[in-house]
Amino acid sequence: MAVFELPEWTALAPALILVATALVLFAFDSINPRTTNRSLLAGTSAIGSLTALGVAVWFMLAGVGTPSVDGGRGVVELFDGQFVVDQMALFFMIVVAVVTALVAVASYDYMADHAYQAEYYSLVMLAATGMATMAAANSLVTIFIALELASLPSYALVSILKDNRGSVEAGLKYFLIGALSSAIFVYGISLVYGATGHLQLDAIAENLEGAEAYGGLLGLGILMLIGGFAFKTASVPFHFWAPEAYEGAPAPISAFLSSASKAAGFVIAFRVFTTAFPIEATTAVIGIDWSLAFVILAIVTMTLGNFAAATQDNVKRMLAYSSIGHAGYALIGLAGLSADGGELVMGAAMMHLLVYGFMNTGAFLFVALAEYWGVGRTFEDYNGLAKQAPVACFALGIFMFSLAGIPPLGGFFSKYFLFVGAIEAGMLVVAAALVVNSALSLYYYSRLVKAVWIEEPVAERDTLAQPTGLYAAIVFAAVLTVIALPVFGPIADAALEAATVVVN
Amino acid sequence: MIIEALIAVALVGALVTVIAPNRIAGKLAFAISLIPAALSLWMFTAFDGSGNALLDGELAFESRTEWIQLGDYAISWFVGLDGISLPLVVLTTVLTTLAIMSSWTPIDERESQFYGLLLFIEANLIGVFTALDFFVWFIFWEAVLIPMYLLIGVWGGPRRKYAAIKFFVYTNVASLLMFGAFITLVFGLGDAVTSFALPEIATAMTEGGPEGFVGLGGSTLASLVFVAMFIGFAVKVPVVPFHTWLPDAHVEAPTPASVLLAGVLLKMGTYALLRFNFTMFPEQVATYAVPIAAIAVISVIYGAMLALAQTDLKRIVAYSSVSSMGYVILGLIAYTQFGVGGATFQMVSHGLISGLMFMAVGVIYNATHTRMVTDMSGMADRMPVAVGILVAGAFGYMGLPLMSGFFGEFTIFFGAFGAEQLPYSQVFTPLAMFGIVVVAGYLLFALQRTVFGPYHLETDYEVGRAPLHDVAPMFVLLGIIIVLGVAPELIFEMITDAVDPILENGGEL
Repeated sequence: MAVFELPEWTALAPALILVATALVLFAFDSINPRTTNRSLLAGTSAIGSLTALGVAVWFMLAGVGTPSVDGGRGVVELFDGQFVVDQMALFFMIVVAVVTALVAVASYDYMADHAYQAEYYSLVMLAATGMATMAAANSLVTIFIALELASLPSYALVSILKDNRGSVEAGLKYFLIGALSSAIFVYGISLVYGATGHLQLDAIAENLEGAEAYGGLLGLGILMLIGGFAFKTASVPFHFWAPEAYEGAPAPISAFLSSASKAAGFVIAFRVFTTAFPIEATTAVIGIDWSLAFVILAIVTMTLGNFAAATQDNVKRMLAYSSIGHAGYALIGLAGLSADGGELVMGAAMMHLLVYGFMNTGAFLFVALAEYWGVGRTFEDYNGLAKQAPVACFALGIFMFSLAGIPPLGGFFSKYFLFVGAIEAGMLVVAAALVVNSALSLYYYSRLVKAVWIEEPVAERDTLAQPTGLYAAIVFAAVLTVIALPVFGPIADAALEAATVVVN
Repeated sequence: MIIEALIAVALVGALVTVIAPNRIAGKLAFAISLIPAALSLWMFTAFDGSGNALLDGELAFESRTEWIQLGDYAISWFVGLDGISLPLVVLTTVLTTLAIMSSWTPIDERESQFYGLLLFIEANLIGVFTALDFFVWFIFWEAVLIPMYLLIGVWGGPRRKYAAIKFFVYTNVASLLMFGAFITLVFGLGDAVTSFALPEIATAMTEGGPEGFVGLGGSTLASLVFVAMFIGFAVKVPVVPFHTWLPDAHVEAPTPASVLLAGVLLKMGTYALLRFNFTMFPEQVATYAVPIAAIAVISVIYGAMLALAQTDLKRIVAYSSVSSMGYVILGLIAYTQFGVGGATFQMVSHGLISGLMFMAVGVIYNATHTRMVTDMSGMADRMPVAVGILVAGAFGYMGLPLMSGFFGEFTIFFGAFGAEQLPYSQVFTPLAMFGIVVVAGYLLFALQRTVFGPYHLETDYEVGRAPLHDVAPMFVLLGIIIVLGVAPELIFEMITDAVDPILENGGEL
C-alpha cells in the first residue's frame, strides 16, 4: 500500500492531525478573540478528530504496525525508538479519536453560552493529542511528557465552568492529586533509570540482568509506576479524584476523561509492563511477580467501584464510580499477563476499552443532555424522561444494558472475552469477581433505565429542547455500541493481533 | 437464509414501528408481523429436516458462518431447524401476530414503542429456537429479557415496578448460573471441542464427556453442570419453588405481554432443558430422575392448588401455567418417546391454550375493568362470544378430547406411566394425573361464578360485546387448538422424529 512510501514520521499522523487542529483553533481565537461561532469551532474539532480517526483506521487496515507485513517494516519506530507505532498504538488512537469526535459534537450545545469557546475546544484537542501520543510513546520520558500533555489541559477543562464552585473545586482536587501522582511517577522513573541505566522500554528490558544488585530499587520503581497508572486510569488506590472531578466537570469533559483518558492510561500500562518488564526476567530481579499486584488491584478496583456506584443517588457520581469498576475489568488484561493465554486477556481488555469508549461516552453525554435541560442530577430528577425524549432514553437504555454486560450489546462481548481469558489464564478468582460484579452492576444501571422509562416524573416539566449536537453524538454512540455486534469478529482479531505483538 | 430473513424482518419491523407515529403503529406492526408468520408457515410446509439438530440430524434451512475466533474456541452464526424447534417457531410467529391484534384495544399510550418491543421480542424468540451455537443462542436468550422488562414495567398494572424488577432479577440470575455452568462444561471438555456449536458439544458429551476442570473430576463436573443448568432453566419454566416471579409478572403485565410470556417465554425454559440437560446428559438424567419427577409432580399439584385459592381470574390462569409446565417436565423426565414427544407437543399446546385464556381474560377485563371472580357474574349475558371462547379455552386446559391439550397430556401420562428409566413412575404419574381433577375444579369453579347466574356488576358504563378485532385472534387460536387436537400427527410426527435420537443416545430405544 501507498502508506509505506510516505516518510516515516507520518506514522504519527493521527496525533499530528489532532495537534494541528488545536493550533488552528488557537489561530481562530487569535484572529477573533471571544468568537462564539460554535459551528466553526465544534465543526473544526470534529473534522480534525474524524480525520485523525480516518487516518488511524486507514493505517490499521493498510497493515502499519503488523510486524509480518512487508518484511518486518510494519512496526514503525521513530526518533530512535522513543515512539513506536504498532497496532496497539493505532487501536488506542482510534479509541481516543472517536471519543474526541463525540465530545466535540456534543459540546456544540453544551458549551453554547460559555465564555471561552475557542480555548475550550483547543484544550480538548491538546488533551486528545497527549492521549494519542501516550498510545505511541515507547520511552519513560516520552510517556511522561505525553501524560502531562494530556493531564494539564484536563485540569483546565475540569474547572472551565469557573462560575461554578463545584467545577473549580473539582479542578483543584484533580490538579492536586494529579501533581502528587506525577511526582510519584517521575520518582518511579528515576528509580527505574537508576537501577537499569535506561529509559527506553526495550532497552530497560535488555538491561534488567545488570540490575540484579538493585532489585529492591527497581521493585520500588515499578510500584511507583503502577501508582502513576492507577491515577490516570482511576484505579484503586488513586481513584479518589475521579468521582469529584467527573461530577464537577462539564459532562462532555467527564465523558472525555472517563473514556479516552482512561484508555490512554491503560495503553501506557500495557506497553510499559509488557515491553520494559517481561515477567520472568523482572521476577528474577525483584523477586516478586508484578502481575500479582494487578490481580489484587483488579479485584479491589472493580469491587470497590461497583459497591460505591450502587449506593449513589447522583447519576453522574454513579457513572463515575461505575467507571472505576470498569477500570477494574480492564486491569484484568494486565493481571493475566503471566499466564499462557496472556495475549488473549490483554486483547480482551483492549476490546473492552474500545467498547467502553462508546458506551461510557454515550452515558455521560446523556447526563450532559440532562444538564442542558436542567432537569437535575439525582435518579428522581430523571424520572419519566422517556415520555418527552424517547430517542435519547432509548439510547441510554442501550448504554446502560451494554455497560452492565447484557447480550447482545457490545459490553457483553468484551466482558465475556475477559471472563474466558481470565479462566484460560487460570485466574478463577478474578473471573468470579468479574461475574459477581457484573451481576451487581445490573442493579444500579437498570435503576437509571427504570427511572427514565418506568417511573412517573416527580413534577411537571416543560417541553424539552432537542439540541442537535448532543442528540447526534448520543445517537451515534448508541449506533456504535450496537454495531459492535456484527463487526466484533474483525475488532477481536485486530485487538488480539495487537496484543500478541506486544506480549511476545 | 430464510431464518435470517425471519429475524431480520422482525428486527427491522421493530425499528420501523418505534419510529412510526402512535396512531398507525398497531396496524403497521400487525402488517409487519404477518411476514414472519407467513414465512414460518411456508417453512412448515417446506420442512425437510430429519433427526435431531444436536445429534447428527439433517437440519432444515441451516446456515453457518464463521464469526469470531477467540483463543481455542470459534463462535459462528449457526442456525437451523429440526422437528422440535419448528413447531415452536411457528407458535412464536403466529402468537405474536395475534398478540399484536389483541393489543389494539387495551394499549392506548406510547403505542409505537409498545409494538416495537413486541416485534423485538419476536425476533429474539425465533433466535432462541433456531440458534445452534451456544453463544448466539445465549445472546437471543438474554435479549428477550430487556423488552419483557420494559413491557411489564411501562405498560403494566399498579405493581408493575415490583413485578418487572422481580422478573428481571430472577431470570437474569438464573441465566448467569446457567451460563457459568455451561462455560465450565466447555472448558471441562478440553480439546474435544473447538467451538461453541451445540452439535459439537453434544457429540463430545456422548463420546466421553468432560475430562475435568479445576480439580473436579469429569463425572462430578458433569453432575454439577447438570444441576446448575437445570436450576437455571427451571426458573424460566418455572417449577416450584422458583415460580414466585411468574404470577407477579403475569398479573401486572399487559394482556399481549402475558400472552407471549405464557405462550412462548415459558417454553424457552423447557426447550432449553430438552436441548441441553436431556440431550447432552443422559447419564445424569437417569441419576436425578426421581428428584426431577418429584419436582414436576409438586409443580403440578401445588400450582393447581395455588390456582384454586385465587380470586383474580388472571392469577388463576397464571398459576395454572405452573401446573401445566409441571406436566411438561414430567414428560421430559419420563424419557420415553411418548413422554418427551408429548412434552414437546404440550409446549405448543399450552402456548396456544394459555395464550387464548389470557386473551379472553384480557377482553373481559377491558369491558368490566375488573378481574375479580367475586365481582363478576352472568357475563354470558353481556359478552356471549368472548365468554364462550373463555369456556372453550378452559375445556382445552382441562384436557377435553379433540382439543390439543388432551393429546399433549394423554401422551405425557401414557409415556410416563410406562417409563422404565423413571423409578416409581407408577406412583408419580397417577399423582400428576390427580392434578387434572384440581385443574377442572378451579376452572369450573371460576367459570361458574363469572359466566353463569344473574349479571350484577355495577359500573358507570355499558358492558357489551367485544369488538371483532378482539375476538378474531381468539377464534384463530381456538381453530388451531382444535385442528391440533383432531390431527396431532401434523406436528407430532416431526417431533418424534427429532426426539427419537435423544432417546437412542440415552440408550432408551
